[in-house]
Amino acid sequence: MMRHSPPLIISLLSNPAMAETLSLSQWDLLVRQARRAGLLARLGFLLEKQGIEIPAQPANHFVSAQFYAVQFSVSLQWEIRLIKKALTKVDIKPVFLKGSSYVIADNQVALGRVFSDVDILVDRSELALAEQALSAAGWMPSIILNAYDKKYYREWMHEIPPLQNYQRGTAIDVHHNILPLTCRHCPDSKKLLENKVDCHGDWLLSDIDRVIHSAVHLFHEGEFTLGLRDLSDLDLLLKEFSAQENFWKKLLQRSEELKQQIPLFYALRYTHQILHTPVPEKVLKASKQQSPNRINTKLMDALFLRALMPDHESCNDRWTGLARWLLFVRSHWLKMPVYLMVPHLLRKAFRRVMGKERH
Amino acid sequence: MPVNPETVFVGNQTTIAIEPFVVRLKSAIPAVQSSLCHLYQCHVFLSEDMSSFADFHISIDQVGGARRFFRPQVQFKFDGKMPFKPLPYSQAFPFFEWGLNWCIANHNFRHLLLHAAVVEKDGQAVILPGQPGAGKSTLCAALAGRGWRLLSDEMAMIDLTSTELIPIVRPVSLKNESISIIKAFVPDAVMGESFHDTSKGTVAHMKPPVESVRNAKLQTKGHWVVFPQFRLDSSISVETISSAEAVLDLAKNSFNYNVLGALGFEKLCDLVEACDCFRLEYSHLDEAIDFFASLAK
Repeated sequence: MMRHSPPLIISLLSNPAMAETLSLSQWDLLVRQARRAGLLARLGFLLEKQGIEIPAQPANHFVSAQFYAVQFSVSLQWEIRLIKKALTKVDIKPVFLKGSSYVIADNQVALGRVFSDVDILVDRSELALAEQALSAAGWMPSIILNAYDKKYYREWMHEIPPLQNYQRGTAIDVHHNILPLTCRHCPDSKKLLENKVDCHGDWLLSDIDRVIHSAVHLFHEGEFTLGLRDLSDLDLLLKEFSAQENFWKKLLQRSEELKQQIPLFYALRYTHQILHTPVPEKVLKASKQQSPNRINTKLMDALFLRALMPDHESCNDRWTGLARWLLFVRSHWLKMPVYLMVPHLLRKAFRRVMGKERH
Repeated sequence: MPVNPETVFVGNQTTIAIEPFVVRLKSAIPAVQSSLCHLYQCHVFLSEDMSSFADFHISIDQVGGARRFFRPQVQFKFDGKMPFKPLPYSQAFPFFEWGLNWCIANHNFRHLLLHAAVVEKDGQAVILPGQPGAGKSTLCAALAGRGWRLLSDEMAMIDLTSTELIPIVRPVSLKNESISIIKAFVPDAVMGESFHDTSKGTVAHMKPPVESVRNAKLQTKGHWVVFPQFRLDSSISVETISSAEAVLDLAKNSFNYNVLGALGFEKLCDLVEACDCFRLEYSHLDEAIDFFASLAK
């Protein structure tokens, strides 16, 4: 059913030394797959670490992507500074999430990671104040919402509508939880905030919560354009943190506390299966015990093993499109109970037909 | 002699060396194939075994469905993804040219890229930056027709180590009135088809001189920066400007200065310090060309 050999980029991510043996036409394909997967810069850094000499033509593309990623990280640090400055005025200290937290903690996973917005987490009681302070500093709602969409965000979502700086165009997502409140297994955000850690004066989720958040994000996602990049994030996070004492045990325990056993199960299963992340056998087993039943796992394998490949013609088979579509439907299913979802989708569809909505 | 599309397009695909890049183009549209073969006739088309690596994989396809019959459209794809909305079918070839500009400007951070035309004489290059309508392409085509070597009519590509200018020789894109002006000014210029009603008005391309294409690997030093401004019925005026002013204006005309950060600033300063910088206001092409000839003396 699945192709026999994995896409070239998968082999390279788990075994960069393989680059020594690539022909120029394989480099051509590798650059294209990596670019599409958002992994060109990261792969460039990984190959550099291995001391691999890339032929001149493909090297231009890796170096360009690395250049961009380095500059991105410089601008990001400036942006973080400005966000903190704006929020300090109202005595709010945010917890930085995802990409920006990796950069602050200088995690391996920050390597070559380029993203579009800074995500922060504040207590729900601070939300309005945080929004006011950011708006005073120039971050305005980036899209004009109608009353229904506003209500949708405020009542059901885990974040307020995205804000964008009117001068720099930079975007910020202000969260009060890591999953929508309507989600079946929404974690208690108090627990996340309780375990936050201080890193050079900034607050981040704890190492373990950072892994869980990354898993929660990827496996509730409806679009997998950058799915492999996110899987590679998990791979690097797990590799880096697994050196800590009792890491695996704590990770499993914590997933239970936050009701996120299923996303963690998928994270461990697919990083191990696709990228050969060294997850101990007994951890995989323990995590499986908290997992859905076997038939379901087989179905999810058929979907995720396709959708997590780069969105490139060389990585698709005849079922890829269907798999991506089913996972898109699944993400809505997970995020909203049916009695909310059906009217919501009907309303959206009606407005689109009437030409009142474009997304 | 124009190249025959049937010999260079195999399975509607061709690979062409547009130094310093290799571009793979897939298109079944006859107008794309014929314009490419006409305007790139001096370039090297690569056979399959000589081109295992391509920098940019581009396709230009007709939009399917009902659009085949009602106001047909074309779409530009960069390795399978569409960065732009479709355009009318008649604009298929200019779409390739604009799309390739986008590919280069958005994926190449190994060079400092300025939105400027570049021509050279005796090893000394003139950089002609300019907003649309300033007349950089017109001047560039006119100079190329009067013996200057064409490096580019669209982007000055600057090596970050040597600060030398790297040629990227492609057809010169001319708009509206400048098409007939250049046809009259350079009677032996080889011109492509005129494409009407594009977002830039009527567009036509001038085939780059064969010598310029042959010397496309020859880098050169910048010697002058001239900011042109076409102004109808004005007499020619030349104003010397300071390096600082030139650096600031060039930064505004750069595609990737913001990505290169401090390095970009340093290189831009190095480049400008070695140049004399002017603002040129002109309305008659003859006078403008004389000015450039006087520079090169």
